[in-house]
Amino acid sequence: MKAILKTVPLLTCSLAILAWPLRAAEVTVFAAASLTDALKAIAANYQKQSGDKIAFNFGASSTLARQIEEGAPADIFFSADEAQMNRLERGNLIDPATRKNLLGNSLVVVVPGDSMLRIQSASDLTNADVKKIALADPRAVPAGVYARAWLEKLQLWPAVESKVIPTENVRAALAAVASGNVDAGIVYKTDAAISRNVRIAYAIPRAEGPDIRYPIALVKGSPQPGAAKKFLNYLSSEEAGQVFAQYGFLLRP
Amino acid sequence: MTAVEWQIVGFTICVAALSTVVILPVGLALAWALARGNWRGKSVVETFVTLPLVLPPVATGLILLKTFGKHGLGGFLQDKFHFQVIFTWRAVLLALSVMSLPLLVRSARSAFEEVNPRLEQIARTLGAGGWRVFFTISVPLAARGIVGGMLLAFARALGEFGATIMVAGYMPGKTATISLAIFENVQLGQDAHACRLLGVSVVLAFIAVWSSEFFLRRRKTS
Repeated sequence: MKAILKTVPLLTCSLAILAWPLRAAEVTVFAAASLTDALKAIAANYQKQSGDKIAFNFGASSTLARQIEEGAPADIFFSADEAQMNRLERGNLIDPATRKNLLGNSLVVVVPGDSMLRIQSASDLTNADVKKIALADPRAVPAGVYARAWLEKLQLWPAVESKVIPTENVRAALAAVASGNVDAGIVYKTDAAISRNVRIAYAIPRAEGPDIRYPIALVKGSPQPGAAKKFLNYLSSEEAGQVFAQYGFLLRP
Repeated sequence: MTAVEWQIVGFTICVAALSTVVILPVGLALAWALARGNWRGKSVVETFVTLPLVLPPVATGLILLKTFGKHGLGGFLQDKFHFQVIFTWRAVLLALSVMSLPLLVRSARSAFEEVNPRLEQIARTLGAGGWRVFFTISVPLAARGIVGGMLLAFARALGEFGATIMVAGYMPGKTATISLAIFENVQLGQDAHACRLLGVSVVLAFIAVWSSEFFLRRRKTS
């Protein structure tokens, strides 16, 4: 009984701590993992100017779309491909009037920093010395879907498919390459730029690769629609654009 | 340790503790009913309570996701009361509570079964009502088993992964617990973060086991 009574202060303390973050108004942005570093930098600037707090949930766009479908409290969705945004629009979960393609990107083949592997074209991925290729899950995650579309277009996918190690999101594919546990990986150019432990072995020419677009939109039933709209506009501003460009993203007019 | 890591550790301990407190009344009532009662459907209830212990945690998570998701009870709660469960800290609490309840019920139940019913009957003959007997005779005599069950439940809650990732996702500062953070950090190649959290887990586990031993030994001698 004493032991039960002892838990009462613990309960009070837990409740107090848990209730605390609920008071502060903040904008919750669900964004593709590849946007992590750029968005964090932009949000830091924005928070200083506006006083609004920006909270992020980074992950594979497909995972985030699924979370929003299940009712996760999001204000803004920033996807790495149109398929995931379309899925939410079809489900009437985003405000189509606010939807626009903000950024572009391109794919690169990366290898561990100390790797001797030379990759001069897509067909080199079928060589025997490339045994494992890390890829964001090509069945759902945008980075993997793009990579697969690229290889399918070149009719190399059947030869490469068995070498693919699917990862949860593009950053996990990058990490797998950086750790040296795989021979190569296909990630966005912007991801390769932030890691010191990988080397770009082959940059996929824009004409050869898929057209990579990052759509953004306000989520319907957003808990903070006013503040969210303001941040959404800020993301299209020149100031934010400069940061995106710094991280290697292409700005779409 | 960074501020984010401290937040994750604090959050995990608090939600795990809160879940133990939340399941206590339910757990004790169930344990008592299963230990003393003899009613229709008892074995069915018993099986249902034990299910989360046997089912893969991810499967339990899926059941919770569907039940409390937008197309289930969660949609109703959200429309009527603007009360969000899935992918908030409440989902973490829900997952931890469901996953740790069987441990509390099982050990409290056997503790209640070991209490000599004669003592309860004597208290009744002396004029004590049902609630009074429960709180002054049964619970104190079963206290060791109950506290043991609470510690087990708390420890289980601290390490819960499968159900939590399904219903709450990994959102640092919102739903991230130590287990989720270790997994995500390793995925993203941030092994240093993961190892610091691993260290915290070891320390927490040590304290939990050590204090339960200490507590149980003291009760024995007193």
